[in-house]
Amino acid sequence: MIGRERVSKKYMSVEEKTKINATALRAYIMIAVLGLIWLYFHWATNYVFMMPRNLSNLMTQMSVTGIIAIGMLMVIVSGNIDLSVGSVLGFAGGIAAYGMTVLEFGLPAAIVAAMVVGVVIGLFHGTLTAYLNIPAFIVTLGGLLAWRGAVKWLLGGNTIPVSDETFKAIGNANLPAVFGWALAVVAAAFVLFMAYRKARSVKDYGLGEANYTAELLKAIIPIGGIVAFIGVMNAYQGVPVPVLILLAVALVGGFLTNSTVFGRYLYAIGGNADAARLSGINNKRNILKVYALLGALTGVASLIFTARVGSAAPDAGVLKELDAIAACVIGGASLMGGRGTVFGACLGALIMASLDNGMSLLNVRDFMQDIIKGSILIAAVGLDMMGRKHS
Amino acid sequence: MRNIVKEFPGVRALDGVSFTLEAGEFHSLVGENGAGKSTLMKVLSGVYPEGTFEGEILVDDTVRHFSGIRDSEAAGIAIIFQELSLVKELTVGENIFLGKEPSRFGVINWSELYHRASKLLQDLHLPIDPRTPVGNLGIGQQQLVEIAKALSQDAKILVLDEPTAALTESEVETLFTILKNLIAKRVGMIYISHKLDEVFAMSDRITVLRDGRTVSTHAANAITKDGVIAEMVGREVGDIFPETKHELGDAALSLRGLTAYSPDDPHKKVVDNVSFDVRKGEVLGIAGLMGAGRSELLMSVFGAWPGKFTREISVEGRIVNFTSPAEAIANGVGFVTEDRKRFGLLLEQTILDNMTLAGLRSISGRIITNRTRETIAAKGPMISLRIKANSTMTVANTLSGGNQQKVVLGKWLLTNPKVLFLDEPTRGIDVGAKQEIYAEINKLAQEGLAIVLVSSELPEVLGLSDRVIVLHEGKITGEFTRAEATPEKVMAAATGGI
Repeated sequence: MIGRERVSKKYMSVEEKTKINATALRAYIMIAVLGLIWLYFHWATNYVFMMPRNLSNLMTQMSVTGIIAIGMLMVIVSGNIDLSVGSVLGFAGGIAAYGMTVLEFGLPAAIVAAMVVGVVIGLFHGTLTAYLNIPAFIVTLGGLLAWRGAVKWLLGGNTIPVSDETFKAIGNANLPAVFGWALAVVAAAFVLFMAYRKARSVKDYGLGEANYTAELLKAIIPIGGIVAFIGVMNAYQGVPVPVLILLAVALVGGFLTNSTVFGRYLYAIGGNADAARLSGINNKRNILKVYALLGALTGVASLIFTARVGSAAPDAGVLKELDAIAACVIGGASLMGGRGTVFGACLGALIMASLDNGMSLLNVRDFMQDIIKGSILIAAVGLDMMGRKHS
Repeated sequence: MRNIVKEFPGVRALDGVSFTLEAGEFHSLVGENGAGKSTLMKVLSGVYPEGTFEGEILVDDTVRHFSGIRDSEAAGIAIIFQELSLVKELTVGENIFLGKEPSRFGVINWSELYHRASKLLQDLHLPIDPRTPVGNLGIGQQQLVEIAKALSQDAKILVLDEPTAALTESEVETLFTILKNLIAKRVGMIYISHKLDEVFAMSDRITVLRDGRTVSTHAANAITKDGVIAEMVGREVGDIFPETKHELGDAALSLRGLTAYSPDDPHKKVVDNVSFDVRKGEVLGIAGLMGAGRSELLMSVFGAWPGKFTREISVEGRIVNFTSPAEAIANGVGFVTEDRKRFGLLLEQTILDNMTLAGLRSISGRIITNRTRETIAAKGPMISLRIKANSTMTVANTLSGGNQQKVVLGKWLLTNPKVLFLDEPTRGIDVGAKQEIYAEINKLAQEGLAIVLVSSELPEVLGLSDRVIVLHEGKITGEFTRAEATPEKVMAAATGGI
């Protein structure tokens, strides 16, 4: 018995070390890959890529995909999928533009309308999936076609321009530098507060002495990141509004997945739906909720998209669903459910956007861009699978 | 097999194991989970190919090199693993000849396939139509189809890994009759099982493995069951069921008139008008053969049965006709489900995530979770159930079966239940872990918890329960106190004839 215990303990520790390292390692590898991509483009574009102006553009470009990817990540974690977000984005944006230009709604009404459309469609897809047991793939594949049809019908095949300058600001304005720095101060204070709270909780729960110094030292890295980010953005025109919205969505998404009962339930449902159900989780209701959430985020993304372009077009958002899914998968999410992080999805979206941006700067031909992006998606997942098998 | 050594990262799973099998011999391989039995058989069958282990394999006195399962099959070795490897959507005949269909230029000769399949089934005295989809058969018949499949390859050596875990008594009988016939035809059997009664009933020789080493090989009539158990665990064991003295209190849960219907056929009753009470501090055993409606009963009590059901439930005298697991948990009813991998665990998630899942809102927070609070809560069962893992952050699928089962048990203890239902709480786990779970069940009852225990292992039900009720075809056919309950009486009630 003693011998067995020793063996299994030894086994555990090795196993555990590789597991914990694997998760952390994955994030580091992705950041390193992103760094390499950036350095390469920076060099290849004659040191244009990493200038504040281009980084600002890059961040703005990734915001739409990033916001959808965060919602998509939660749907994927719950073991589902949504192929319809591109069409829904087009439809919600179409409703907003149609409302403002043709029906002459005010700006607030148009914003609300786009969000409501997103949520209602999400609830509809969620109901069909969760309560009528139609596979999510089929429901949203149907949605992909049907909602695209709805956009074309709504817009009559035309592009409807938006003239409201306030609306366009959602996609094009920048936060004045002073506000940017104010934001940095607030964010840094928040990081410090969280570090303090974490250190204190150790003592509060009697798990040992509070180690304030260590926790505060650890806070230096995120604070450095915040200062650098705001600095770079302010060096051009200030933080773009779409990026600000993306950051807010990412914070909320990270909080939902990490620190709420709802988030934990999503991982449980995706990890083992039977076990989740028998542990008292209402799988159906949570799946409905996560689709509604993705719908709301698609609504937000549609506003940014329409505002940036300045018009609603019948083909707005085509293939956005694939960008979002690719971002999640590159970021380590499993399409089987139960695994994935909001941070990973954002990083995935940033990698995709960097490739788009860098290749455009280099004048890589359109078809070549698609081939390269497709190959990188497969390679990323392939390497990941090999890594998993190994450990 | 001579001096087999197999290493995994960080652990030496087999450390110089030697094993011999005579033609026509029934040789059992026993040991705790993790002792190396399945690993040894995977080496034998080529699942771990030549070169990934040390030592040599001899068949008919010549050294063989297996680089895959096909090589070992060609040498006449067939393995039937714990998890059935049949394709449910295909027919019995298609499964038997899967991968070696009689064909010409890739076109399958169906009549020959079914002809040969029915001949094989006849040889085994199995009344199964080879054109039936495997999914339509009961689990016991599927097991027999697996054997037919192995025999279609003219196996000289048949390895059976826990073949009776999911079988009823009568199916076990059928299986053993078939195995005896095969022995008479000089087929050698390597039999892996935790059920020592079966091992002793069938074996010529018994080999005990522990920690990747051979402890001993005995002729079956030269050693006792206690002797084998002592060798398996490396220490003497007394009675594996603890001494029980439970103080019975008031009724914790009363069930009245539970009737449940099959989800596929809404007129077919799977549980028929079952009523019982379980008192505080009592262990109520529910015995019954596979298909008697035991799991259906528990699922319906818990509100998780997918078909229609009606019943009246009161907990501590209050009528609470909950209809969902969430409400059941809120009313103090816990349910340690059977089949931990399918119904119990989030395999890729940590012990912490698993243990706090059912009681998450009360442990952690109604909307926002608190990791620190969860860690403290999870440490409780981690220590009291003696779960062997480095921390609460260990991922569930790296744990042994016994520890996984303890995690599921811990999950339900963290919901603060008044009544705890246990469905097959010790299936497929080693003797040591079983004993610890028995002790825990006993301790919980002594602390005043009402426990309803369902198990297909009769000694377990009889050894732990203060009272036993027996189900047969969805109805209660017997009720016995601890003193009255004998294996014979219970089995008589379970087969419907009193």
